[in-house]
Amino acid sequence: MTTAAATDRVALVRAIAQQHLTERGPLLPVLHEVVEELGHVAREDVEAIADVLNLSVAEVHGVVSFYHDFRTTPPAAHRVALCRGEACQSVGAEELYAETRGRSADLGDGVEIAEVFCLGNCALGPSGTVDGRLHGRLSADRIDALTEGWR
Amino acid sequence: MALTKVFVPGDAAAVSVGADEVAAAFEAAGASVVRNGSRGMLWLEPLVEVESDRGRIGFANVEVADVLDLVSSRSHSDLLNHPGCVGVVDEHPWLTSQRRVSFARVGVVDPASIADYEAHGGWAGLRRALSLSPAEVVQEVTDSGLRGRGGAGFPAGIKWKTVLETASELKFVACNFDEGDSGTFADRMVVEGDPFTLIEGMTIAAHAVGATEGYVYVRSEYPHAVAALRRAIDAAYTHGYLGADVLGSGHSFDLHVRVGAGAYICGEESSMLDSLEGKRGEVRAKPPIPAISGLWGKPTAVNNVLTLCAVPMILADGGAAYAALGTGRSRGTQVFQLAGNIKQGGIVELPFGVSLRELVDHYGGGTLTGRPARAAQVGGPLGAYVPASGFDVPMDYEAMAEAGAMLGHGGIVLFDETVDMARMARFAMEFCSIESCGKCTPCRVGSTRGVETIDRIIAGQDVQANLVLLDDLCDTMTKGSLCAMGGLTPMPVQSAIKHFPEDFEREVAPG
Repeated sequence: MTTAAATDRVALVRAIAQQHLTERGPLLPVLHEVVEELGHVAREDVEAIADVLNLSVAEVHGVVSFYHDFRTTPPAAHRVALCRGEACQSVGAEELYAETRGRSADLGDGVEIAEVFCLGNCALGPSGTVDGRLHGRLSADRIDALTEGWR
Repeated sequence: MALTKVFVPGDAAAVSVGADEVAAAFEAAGASVVRNGSRGMLWLEPLVEVESDRGRIGFANVEVADVLDLVSSRSHSDLLNHPGCVGVVDEHPWLTSQRRVSFARVGVVDPASIADYEAHGGWAGLRRALSLSPAEVVQEVTDSGLRGRGGAGFPAGIKWKTVLETASELKFVACNFDEGDSGTFADRMVVEGDPFTLIEGMTIAAHAVGATEGYVYVRSEYPHAVAALRRAIDAAYTHGYLGADVLGSGHSFDLHVRVGAGAYICGEESSMLDSLEGKRGEVRAKPPIPAISGLWGKPTAVNNVLTLCAVPMILADGGAAYAALGTGRSRGTQVFQLAGNIKQGGIVELPFGVSLRELVDHYGGGTLTGRPARAAQVGGPLGAYVPASGFDVPMDYEAMAEAGAMLGHGGIVLFDETVDMARMARFAMEFCSIESCGKCTPCRVGSTRGVETIDRIIAGQDVQANLVLLDDLCDTMTKGSLCAMGGLTPMPVQSAIKHFPEDFEREVAPG
């Protein structure tokens, strides 16, 4: 990242934090927006957010590290998240998850296979998301079809 | 006949099996499409309904390829002869045998239309509540016998009374919509299919306890629900049901949506409060209870989605009408969710007291795979495994507790005979180790030690000694944890060992 880009990033993060200043307990909404706009929460973002919201860097870092959603590394090009909750396990989710992880490279370059615990689609499992879109009744073949454009 | 109006559910479950594509195809073919909620017959999704003078006729598992066929149907008999036709949906026996109270409007109304909500009885509860004093509203809810639907079953009226009687310039109502238990999806479906009911319930709660601000804490795994709720809140503001002067009553109530960030523990009410405040979602010690010192230290009524969604009906029809349903101290209806390895999964709303067997066999139609059922986990990841031989237990708070299980949020996950219960017990500990907030040692460390101990049992190492150790560990977690995460994780583990000992004492081939 060039210095100019880094400065732009910090300016954007500060602007996001500023927009939420009037809300009660604004840290989670700010972090969500940073992830949405920039893909992840970088070290320099934590410092900028702490400064704008008048929190310590440790407080912001503590929140970022607590929640699964606030990733600190740039996201992969594509993401498949498979549910490992009990309801999905009852219809073979553990096997599907293990098998999909084992062949992530076959699905395309830069594909991340993640686990998730319950998407609220427990009667139509195994469930998962493919680039953020929810799918039910997943199988290896169905995942192949849904990720066809990645290869 | 040309199709005038079709209903294609916008519910996330329907969308997960292609409803968006089907809706787009109907629109492209010139039909007028309403994105309703789901009727809760999830094995039929996408369940498309076509308006006719005989009622709304349903078509199950519709695919894009079926759309042209349906659109070009010339007559009612053409429609009724379509292979996916399930008849008039309102007459479907799966629905007519239920007692839909919280789900009365879900799947029926257009969740985007505030006028449709009013036409189906919406806002009657709020209007009546505003004509009563806060104490009278609290009394009505107390009389209804309504108990918290999040799992703990605490009487809602008593909680509200505490908030009402705690003096403070600033009070809050907070809705726990962090429905993270596997096997539960009723909160999601009611908000996606009928979001105004939650808004009405929270506005009534605010009036009852003297709150001026409300927060709905929604998990981030539910983007469809977040969108439906935000859209409905905007409409409620526009029409004067929220804001500085609710329906001209002089009461002020502002409602905010906050999105969680992928932490299961935030479904525990005190962690949820910390998360709403912008902190790590760590469990708080009680006392003080949130009703006295909740959000930002102010008195806060914290209720589950389904608890708040029962409130409009209770105020509209009176607490006695609600209390007339149910059994013993479990009054009203319970929304059961049939999930997992089940043929007919979905929403079954009935008065308390129906047996687990009737839910699983009659409504659920048995397992999806067609193999014999072996166990059901009731009440989420912290709920007990009930063996098939115990399915006659009546589903109410007290009877379930007597049977060593819990009703929780009403989720039922069915497993067939191929399930390995030692693996499920291990998963319960693994899940706790991943999702523990880390505040207390029995939960944070105990869960990891639990995984290791079960691994040794599965590997056949000193099985009897390790089972004793595991039992002791479970005892420590039960008694030494602040909240239900560490305190109830032993429930699935110990119930699995109790009912399925053979899965833990298998011969392991040497080598």
